Amino acid sequence: MKFPIYLDNNSTTPMDPRVLDAMLPFFNDKFGNAASRNHSFGWSAEEAVDYAREQVARLVGCTSKEIIFTSGATEANNLAIKGVYEMYNSRGNHIITVSTEHKATLDACKKVEKMGGEVTYLSPNEDGRINMTDLEAAITDKTILITIMYGNNEIGVLQDMRAISALAKKNGILFHTDATQAVGKIPVDVQADGIDLMSFTAHKMYGPKGVGALYVRRKNPRVKVTSQMDGGGHERGMRSGTLNVPGIVGFGKACEICQNEMADEASRLSAMRNRLETELLTIEEAYVNGNREFRLPHVANISFKFVEGEGLMMGTKDIAVSSGSACTSASLEPSYVLKSLGLDDELAHSSLRFGLGRFTTEDEIDYAINHVKEAVHKLREMSPLWEMFKDGIDLKTIEWAEH
Amino acid sequence: MAYSEKVIDHYQNPRNIGTLDKESKTVGTGLVGAPECGDVMRLQIEVDDATGIIKDAKFKTFGCGSAIASSSLATEWLKGKSVEAAMEIDNMEIVEELALPPVKIHCSVLAEDAIKMAINDYRVKQGLEPIEATKKHY
Repeated sequence: MKFPIYLDNNSTTPMDPRVLDAMLPFFNDKFGNAASRNHSFGWSAEEAVDYAREQVARLVGCTSKEIIFTSGATEANNLAIKGVYEMYNSRGNHIITVSTEHKATLDACKKVEKMGGEVTYLSPNEDGRINMTDLEAAITDKTILITIMYGNNEIGVLQDMRAISALAKKNGILFHTDATQAVGKIPVDVQADGIDLMSFTAHKMYGPKGVGALYVRRKNPRVKVTSQMDGGGHERGMRSGTLNVPGIVGFGKACEICQNEMADEASRLSAMRNRLETELLTIEEAYVNGNREFRLPHVANISFKFVEGEGLMMGTKDIAVSSGSACTSASLEPSYVLKSLGLDDELAHSSLRFGLGRFTTEDEIDYAINHVKEAVHKLREMSPLWEMFKDGIDLKTIEWAEH
Repeated sequence: MAYSEKVIDHYQNPRNIGTLDKESKTVGTGLVGAPECGDVMRLQIEVDDATGIIKDAKFKTFGCGSAIASSSLATEWLKGKSVEAAMEIDNMEIVEELALPPVKIHCSVLAEDAIKMAINDYRVKQGLEPIEATKKHY
């Protein structure tokens, strides 16, 4: 086994060696600019981009013309949200989103507010899913866009894409989803799911960093976004800038591999995830955050009450995971996603996120289980909160000397 | 963020974890921080009545590695000190000793607060006036 064990595949995935192999020629001999129309260097680059665009489109069930390559999902979210707002604000200025979205969505929405738009931030239920009646109630005659992520990056909870898109369609509202964590992991089909715009990125599915895409529907309805990056008019005028040819080739290859292997991979990962989760839940006062039925197959977010997440990560240094605690930031605020679920502060500060991936092995899961169990035990031995809990003291009755 | 070697050492081999009898008249307890801030530190001292020397110190901490290390170090420093000398421990000495980065300075502040709170708890039990902190952190 190689240490540390990587269980943080929600933040990024390692590149599949097959992806790297596909990319290498485009750093070397095939270095051409895909927009150069006058020579073979440009032609071969363009051909490679076209092929990759097909691979990407096929994975999500759209046509290649509907794929706009970007630098990643953050840019795709910005382009979708601000681009739709700028294109359609003569029809209305209202956008609906959810408080548990990624910062790229939330901050793009904040920017829209500064531009004169209005944004409704829905609160999810405590399992992380939104209430459809809340969504319906938030719709006004000024609503032009609903943006709700496919699968959450911290807790893996899936939203009901089809119900949301049906509601959007019924009201003539565009529907954008940030599907960064879902594409390549579970079947995502923009037609069946009724999605009008969709952001996703290569580096969450074993492709390279620095390349992503925005799917923009061309039929029923034809959607347009105002470009946020102006220049040579690449990507049908929606995103200028010389195409990242090696990155795009790698993205295409990553999509192709996911398409071929997703079904097997998802069942393998969910079996391992479930084993990890079942074992860790044998620890006293351990809780899974988020809905366990509607969830990405490779994610587990677990709170170990009375131990602090960052301290716990230090005790589990042989495994690379992520914590919902934000002790490193000056704010001392724990994860806003977990807070949005209504978690108590001590639970929100006590969470670890496990993100399994293509290269995760059963041995690594075994190691992680034991390692986390030991660390939780050790830290509880030194936790005053654990001692109080064991003494039957209700922590809520204590007057904390807050700082 | 990388932790300093000393923080890692205290985290891996914490000194003086434990609990003293908080009802005892010779024991002072300081409990600072709050669960929602992600840090709770409890520091206890046991004072020798005759000499006024701290003969034992224990801690338990809920928090990150730097918080655990700060309180562990504090117990090490407290043992063998007079109560008066203990009152002089400054958070910046902890910062220096553990090479804490700026975002972790609050861990040392908590430790200093816990020391002062424990001493004052002891003083009150002894029928003495609590000592006002001369330095305000917040």
